[in-house]
Amino acid sequence: MPTIRALSILRANPFPRRYSGARMALSNLSLSQFRNHEASRIAAGARFNVIWGDNGAGKTNILEAISLLAPGRGMRRASIDQMARQQGPGGFAISASLAGEELKIGTGTNADAPSRRLVRVNGAAAAATSLADWLAVVWLTPAMDRLFLEGAGGRRRFFDRLVLALHPAHARHAARYEAAMRERNRLLGETRAVDPGWIDALEARMAEHGGAMAEARADTLEALEVQIDALADGPFAQPTLALERKGPAETDALAAALRSGRARDRAAGRALAGPHRDDLIVTMRQKGQPAALCSTGEQKAMLIAIILAHADLVAARRGSRLILLLDEIAAHLDPARRAALYEQLADRSGQVWMTGTDAALFEAVPTAGRADWSVSGGVVTPTG
Amino acid sequence: MTFLLQAVILLPKAQAMASQEIEDLATALARLPGLGPRSARRAVLYLLKKRETAFTPLVDAMERVRANLSTCDLCGNVDTQSPCGICTDPRRDPRSLCVVEEVSDLWALDRSRLFVGRYHVLGGRLSALDGIGPEDLGVASLVARVAAGGIDEVVLAMNATLEGQTTAHYLAERLEGYPVRLTQLAQGLPMGGELDYLDEGTLAQALRARKPMV
Repeated sequence: MPTIRALSILRANPFPRRYSGARMALSNLSLSQFRNHEASRIAAGARFNVIWGDNGAGKTNILEAISLLAPGRGMRRASIDQMARQQGPGGFAISASLAGEELKIGTGTNADAPSRRLVRVNGAAAAATSLADWLAVVWLTPAMDRLFLEGAGGRRRFFDRLVLALHPAHARHAARYEAAMRERNRLLGETRAVDPGWIDALEARMAEHGGAMAEARADTLEALEVQIDALADGPFAQPTLALERKGPAETDALAAALRSGRARDRAAGRALAGPHRDDLIVTMRQKGQPAALCSTGEQKAMLIAIILAHADLVAARRGSRLILLLDEIAAHLDPARRAALYEQLADRSGQVWMTGTDAALFEAVPTAGRADWSVSGGVVTPTG
Repeated sequence: MTFLLQAVILLPKAQAMASQEIEDLATALARLPGLGPRSARRAVLYLLKKRETAFTPLVDAMERVRANLSTCDLCGNVDTQSPCGICTDPRRDPRSLCVVEEVSDLWALDRSRLFVGRYHVLGGRLSALDGIGPEDLGVASLVARVAAGGIDEVVLAMNATLEGQTTAHYLAERLEGYPVRLTQLAQGLPMGGELDYLDEGTLAQALRARKPMV
């Protein structure tokens, strides 16, 4: 029940300016009936927000809430109907305003339709994919420590998050590509004869949107490589990135590949070619070693290097800084690398949200624009 | 306290405001799109007050439409005659045919009075997930109309959604080989739109479809 009311307090001006050129930072964040937060309000620091508390206190839930202000399923990839507070009335609301902008965005569900995600931009209903027009949010979580060891899906999602910050239309293309692919899979699975012209039409849509996805990914990869080169030789292992494609990138070639692969795809029950199967290949530059074979610390360091290079890239391209969510970031870093990370983040003037179990882990974080919070049992208390 | 609250909330239900017939009318109106219980009650009250000037004409108009309601055999439009008023209008250009998904799209286009040809209503869009295939839509009748000749241009006026565009693509393929010009509605900058506020997909479309100034 609180959802609609919480969202309707957002001002009703559907046409504010987009984020290009503006500083992207949340100034006020509120969580209602979200996870273990009944009603948390956070007046965010412009630069650093440090959140500490015991395991299960609700720290990561705050980061997850922010990650839902971007397209997609959020940083836990949980289903939306699992997010409402268990003892609550059902439904949840997250809303945030942007510092210095007349912009309020919100998302949530209603109790009567718990799996339907609602999005509001300044009071007007909007599509979740349109959130990319306003905010770019990137995250590192402890689950991503296994990013290089597990399947391609995780790496693709991580990379797509980076692409999205540069190409807001990427989410729309991906959503349409996948919708067309689902339709095609359904048709190929039919036992009765299906009009091949219908499959042609769906493949044409897949090729159009898949081509746009591939283009955005290729552009991001190239630009990111340049930015990684430009990173000063710091304490973080430098990665080399490559994209492993499972199909042609170019629209016409992709359409042809889909058409010729119909029998194979029918047998497999899914499309075997296309950008939905791309993989991000990361190699450690110094050793020329695949990331999966590097130490856990080196893997983490490479992820951090990618994130830092990407932050520079977004700043150079869009003139705005993104929002970084670093969950338990200090866990794998020794004190020297921790300090180096904070220093690098400080140089980058974006808004950073960090969690940890101990306030001491964050002693080296610069104090300008910094706000600290302790969380316990879903209750947030400012601590300085 | 709880009991008191319940009593207050239940009061309107327990105590009927009007006769069952009037309640039934309000309930029926409330089911109409765009209306809810509150606006339905207001409409009923208005009709009851303006019995001669509003209620009777409305009932008569509804009855006339109900008695003659039919779907046009040619184009799929809804009218009180078949073929419909658009298909039988001699001032309309029979060589130009505009294909739309739904009757509502036909009405929206025709309100603009800019299109002088005739229409063809598909009755939906291709959707494998909803189980709607070409045989569920007015595709065969469209192909038959085009095959019969006398049509120079077919405008595929589908929605700019994934399903709409898939349908347009499918129709284009089905109509390939007939001596007709296939066209599609333009996508891009809306009237009064500001570039600053457009999403990138629309901007990209507008750029791709740019045209010479003179």
